[in-house]
Amino acid sequence: MDNLNDIVTILASTVRLGTPLILCAIAGLFSERSGVVDMGLEGKMLGGAFLAASVAYLTGSPWLGLLAAIGFSIAISMLHGYACVTLNGDQVVTGVAINIMIAGFGPTFAFSWFNLGGRTPNLSGGQRFKDITLPLADTLKDVPVIGTIYDGLISGHNILVYVAFAVVPLSWWVLYKTRFGLRLRAVGENPSAVDVAGISVRGMRYQALVINGVLCGIAGAYLSTAHGAGFIRDMSAGKGYLALAALIFGKWKPGPTLAACLLFAFADAVQVRIQGVPLPFIGMVPSSFVQMIPYVLTVLVLAGFVGKSVGPKAAGIPYVKER
Amino acid sequence: MKKLLAVLSATTALAAGAASAADVSPAIIFDMGGKFDKSFNESAYNGAEKFAKDSGVKYREFEITNEAQREQALRNMARRGSNVIAAAGFAQEEAMRTVAKEFPDVKFCIVDSAIEDVPNIRSYTFKEEEGSFLVGMIAALKSQTGKVGFVGGMDIPLIRNFGHGYEQGVKYVASGDEVFMNMTGTTPAAWTDPTKGAELAKSQFDRGADVVYAAAGATGLGVLQAAADAGKFSIGVDSNQNWIHPGSVLTSMVKRVDVAVYDCYNSAKDGSWKGGHEVLSLANSGVDFAMDDNNKPLISDEMLAKVNDAKAKIIAGTLKVEPYTP
Repeated sequence: MDNLNDIVTILASTVRLGTPLILCAIAGLFSERSGVVDMGLEGKMLGGAFLAASVAYLTGSPWLGLLAAIGFSIAISMLHGYACVTLNGDQVVTGVAINIMIAGFGPTFAFSWFNLGGRTPNLSGGQRFKDITLPLADTLKDVPVIGTIYDGLISGHNILVYVAFAVVPLSWWVLYKTRFGLRLRAVGENPSAVDVAGISVRGMRYQALVINGVLCGIAGAYLSTAHGAGFIRDMSAGKGYLALAALIFGKWKPGPTLAACLLFAFADAVQVRIQGVPLPFIGMVPSSFVQMIPYVLTVLVLAGFVGKSVGPKAAGIPYVKER
Repeated sequence: MKKLLAVLSATTALAAGAASAADVSPAIIFDMGGKFDKSFNESAYNGAEKFAKDSGVKYREFEITNEAQREQALRNMARRGSNVIAAAGFAQEEAMRTVAKEFPDVKFCIVDSAIEDVPNIRSYTFKEEEGSFLVGMIAALKSQTGKVGFVGGMDIPLIRNFGHGYEQGVKYVASGDEVFMNMTGTTPAAWTDPTKGAELAKSQFDRGADVVYAAAGATGLGVLQAAADAGKFSIGVDSNQNWIHPGSVLTSMVKRVDVAVYDCYNSAKDGSWKGGHEVLSLANSGVDFAMDDNNKPLISDEMLAKVNDAKAKIIAGTLKVEPYTP
C-alpha cells in the first residue's frame, strides 16, 4: 500500500504543478491555431498573477482577483493583437516585448501599492482558492486502491485545477466540433481561403486572442491565489515558455498537449519527491543530479519520440490582403 | 583648463581630508530576494534603519534584481560619495573585491562571506550551525512522528551548513529521528520560488514529517504557508518569522544580519572600523532562536529548559557543533 500512496502523492503533485502549464498551453493553442504565435504567455500569466493577488488582497475575494487577472490578461492579449494583427507587426518580437514589460510591471506596481519590495502581502484564509474535498472522499478513503486514488489524487484540489482539466476536452470540442473551431483552424492554415469565404481573418484572430487572455489570466490567478499565496517577482519562473514547448511537443492538439504538460509536471514532481531519498540499489543521489531530471527527460522525449512537429501553416505570418 | 582642474581636485581633496570620522555616508545593497523578503535581506534593512534612527544619518540603498547589477551598484554607490557600503549576501563577494580595489578609501562590509585579505573590506559570517542546532532540538522535541524536514534555498555550502547544524540538533535529542533534506534549486531563482517550496514541504509531510525548517529566503514563505495549510509546524529563518503564521511557526533561527550591518556603520562612525573577518555566533548573540508571544504556547517550559541548557553548553564550548565541510 505504501507504494501506491507514494505514487498517488507524486501524481497529485503532478496535477498541481501541471495546472498552470495546461492553461497556458491551451491558451497558446488557441492563438497559434488562429495564426498568432504567442511568446507572451509567460508575461500574461505573470501579470495575471500580480493582479489576482493584489485584488484578492484588497477585496478579500479570490473570485474578484480571478476576474481582474482575466481582464488584465485579455487587455494584454488585445495589445498583442493590435500590434501584430491590426498593424501586422512581428508576433515573436511583440510577445517577447510583453514578457519584458510585465516582468517589470508587476514588481513596480507592487512596490508602490504595498511597499513590500515588489511583492504583494501574503494572502490568508478566504483570500485564496481553497482545496475542495469532493463528495464521498472521506467515506471512500479507507477503500483500498480506489479510495486512495479518489481521495489522494482526484479530490482535494482547488477549483482552478478542475477548471484546467475541464478546459482540455472543452477546447477539443470547440476546435473540432463547432463552426467557430473550423474557422479558427482555417484562419491559421489558409487565411486567404477564409477571407474569400467572407469571414474576417482579423476578427477570428482577435477572438482567439480573447480566449487566450482568459486562459492565461486563470493560470496567473492559480499561481498567486491558489497554488501560492501572494505575488512574488518572477514567480512564473519560465512556466510560460515550458507551456509553449509542451504545445509544440503536443503538435498543437489539445490531447497530446495535455499529455506533454503532464509529462513536464510529472518530471518536476518526481524531482521534488526523490531528492534526498535513498533509492533502492543506487543509494543517495546528489540533489543537483536529481534537479537535472526534468530537462534530460524533455530532451530525450523531444529527440526520441515525438517525430516531426509541424505547426499551423500561417502561424507567425501577418495576414495582408492582396490589393 | 588644466589649472582649473588641479584647483578643483585640490579642493575636493581638502574637503575629503577635512571630513572627520563622524561624517559617514552609508549605503546598503540588498541581494536578490528583495528588501522585504521577511528574512535575510529584511534583517539587513532593519540594521540599516536602526542606524539611521540612532544616528540621524540617511543611507542610500539598492536592490539587486539581476546578476549583472552587482558590480555596477557597488561602483555607483562609491562614486556618488558613499564611504561605507554594506552588501548583504555572499553572492556579492566577487563584485566587492573588484570595486574595493578601485576605491581604496571607501569602507566595504559584506555579510555571509569571509574575506581577510582586502584591507578595506570588513566581512561578517555567522555560525548558522549553532542556531540551527537549537531549532533542530526544538523540532525533534516537538515532533510526534520522529521525522522532520529541512528545505534549503539554493544548494550552496552556506545553506548546507544550516541543514547540517539542524540535523545534529535533531539527533542530539533523538538519535533515531529521520531528517529529510531538500534543496529548492541550484540557481539564484531558488530564493524566490514559493510554490516550489510549498511542493517540497508537502512532499516531506507526505513522507511523515511534522516539522519543517525553511532556510530559503522568500521561497521559505511557501514552506511556512504549506505547513500552516496542512496543520503542521514550521521553523523560520534569518528574521523572526514567528508572526507570519502564529500557531504554526514553531520558532525562527534568527541570524542577526541587522547586528552586522549596524556594527558596520556604527564602527565607521565612531572610527573603530577595521577590515577583516568577524564571526557572529551564539556566544555574541549573532545567531539565536526566537521566542515571543506568537510561539509561546507551542514551546513548553521543559523544551525550553533543554534547549537553553544546550545553548549554555555550546557557548561554554563543552558541546561542539560541527560546521558543514563540503
